[in-house]
Amino acid sequence: MIEIKDLHKSYKMGSNSLHVLKGINFTAESGELVAIMGSSGSGKSTLLNILGMLDEADSGDYTLDGVPIKNLNETKAAKYRNKFLGFIFQSFNLINYKSAMENVALPLYYQKIPRKERQERAMKYLEQVGLKEWAHHLPSELSGGQKQRVAIARAMAAEPKVLLADEPTGALDSTTSYEVMDLIQKINDEGNTILVVTHEDDIAHMCKRIIHLKDGVIEKDEKVTQVRASQYV
Amino acid sequence: MFDIERWQEIFETIRKNKLRTFLTGLSVASGIFILVILLGFGQGMQNGIAQEFEDDASNRIVVWTQVTTKEFKGLNPGRSIQMRNGDYDHIETRFADQLEGRSARFRVPNAMVNYKKESVGYSVQGIHSGYQQIENQYMSQGRYINYEDHRNVSKVAVISNTIKREIFKNGDDPLNEYLDISGIKFKIVGVYGDRGGEREEERIFIPMSTAQRVFNGSDRVNNLYYTLKPVENLDQAVAESMKFSNDMKRYLQEVHTVAPDDDSAINVFNTLEEVKRFFNLISGIKMFFWFVGICTIIAGVVGVSNIMLIVVKERTREIGVRKALGAKPWSIVGMILHEAIFVTAISGFAGLIFSMGLLEVFGPYIEVDYILNPSVNFNVALSTVFVLIFAGAVAGFFPAWRAANIHVIDALRDE
Ligand SMILES: Nc1ncnc2c1ncn2[C@@H]1O[C@H](COP(=O)(O)OP(=O)(O)OP(=O)(O)O)[C@@H](O)[C@H]1O
Ligand SMILES: [Mg+2]
Repeated sequence: MIEIKDLHKSYKMGSNSLHVLKGINFTAESGELVAIMGSSGSGKSTLLNILGMLDEADSGDYTLDGVPIKNLNETKAAKYRNKFLGFIFQSFNLINYKSAMENVALPLYYQKIPRKERQERAMKYLEQVGLKEWAHHLPSELSGGQKQRVAIARAMAAEPKVLLADEPTGALDSTTSYEVMDLIQKINDEGNTILVVTHEDDIAHMCKRIIHLKDGVIEKDEKVTQVRASQYV
Repeated sequence: MFDIERWQEIFETIRKNKLRTFLTGLSVASGIFILVILLGFGQGMQNGIAQEFEDDASNRIVVWTQVTTKEFKGLNPGRSIQMRNGDYDHIETRFADQLEGRSARFRVPNAMVNYKKESVGYSVQGIHSGYQQIENQYMSQGRYINYEDHRNVSKVAVISNTIKREIFKNGDDPLNEYLDISGIKFKIVGVYGDRGGEREEERIFIPMSTAQRVFNGSDRVNNLYYTLKPVENLDQAVAESMKFSNDMKRYLQEVHTVAPDDDSAINVFNTLEEVKRFFNLISGIKMFFWFVGICTIIAGVVGVSNIMLIVVKERTREIGVRKALGAKPWSIVGMILHEAIFVTAISGFAGLIFSMGLLEVFGPYIEVDYILNPSVNFNVALSTVFVLIFAGAVAGFFPAWRAANIHVIDALRDE
């Protein structure tokens, strides 16, 4: 599903440049649930953003679902993002003037799905994350956990092949974090590929595989026995 | 444009961003409002002044002659030009369907006026019956000089109220009394008044034919007086009267062998010319109003551009989110412009309708000197709205395009 080879990325800051990713090699099969760990500043978000086509690598190969991702123009990139990828951000990134349901329906708007169907599908996903009653509330009227669940519903609504979550539980307390992880596990159970960036060991162990980033390379790549989040909620 | 989904998306955005929409709309609507009101008053001033002049119906044309100043066809300058009955008759026939009033005038030279051995110093002038209307004289007693008097070469005279007061001191009836003018008896048949003042009433009028024949005038005349038939609007009146003046002047120049560029031999004074000068002043004022109006519109455009910049800046993160969800750059630009154009159009038309309605309803009641029924050309106002919409769109395009093309990751990072 995801295949990257010798990926490099550096940021230029004035005259000196900061080499963040120094040759990442990594493959993820369809249906995997991968945690990406590493100290702050180790380049986790950078990697995830490149995988999500939100950012571009300096060099290296990236193949997503058999499609080489290279030198894409904005329009093409937009199409792939819409078709292949779903994002879950630490800061939720919901549109503040749109209700929960409208937020969830938004990626479907860009898939040119008719309004009626959009709303039905949005409601379906909201129901899955347990927020059916909150469908018509604005993000400002929701708790952090609820917001993240709306964001998850939104990421799933487009039925992407890969879900990318950058510290989805970073802004949540542990109980809510487990609720969110429970959702992510359930989505994974249905066969979706999911990459989760996290700082927390317990969250990482709710995945099936953990990648440790250090000094711009993968330091350790291990399979783990998944801890089910449902037992904590 | 006809994408119903996008319309829905835009309505949602507008509904949920009322303040932003309101501010954009307000700046557009007030720009249009100010422009329309200004233009309306410009037109109102023009209407008002037109009315002042139309009331007077002062379309009087007077001809007088002096000496030539230019050599022409072998004739030396310094020749004095004398108009004759033939000139008057010719003009009367040639311009018959344009003329309303007409009269020639002959001033009796060195007239000695006596009433019962008492000598009084008044000017005696031979005129045609049309002179009364041209000078706006009214009758206090009796009648004016008429065509019969002229044809019969009658020895009749019309005196003024002022003359009556001075000669008939004890209130005697002047009618049918006789005046002695240079030794010849004239019967007084009427007393006229002239609102033009004392000086205008220092004159005794007798028939043209009598004046010429009895006082050795031969067929000489001093002046020609004309008024033209009224026409619908002032512009047309001015145009026709100017044409008449010129044609007549050319004719007289030809007959009297005067150089066409000799402007002092034959003089034509046309009161409408004054009116025209006034109208030029009005167009100056209107131009100024246009200038102010256009400045207002420019201010409006700048306002719209500013708002667009702020809107785009404010929405950078949202644009990032939309792009992360699969929005193409053009759809972002389209969305922002579509909203901007929609808001400018609606508020532009609102400003237009409101201001035009205001002019329509209250315009007729405005009672200020020189302002009458301010109104504005609908097409002009409409075009301004379109200009504003277009300018707003252009001004909004660049920030929108830039925002749509920044990297998603940078847009998302924007706080
Ligand atoms: N746009 C940028 N310009 C310059 N430097 C950047 C930029 N984005 C990230 N960096 C730098 O790259 C390095 C990696 O950043 P990244 O966000 O990937 O770290 P991270 O592993 O996600 O850290 P955290 O756990 O704190 O989120 C950091 O040192 C950061 O300062
Ligand atoms: Mg990070």
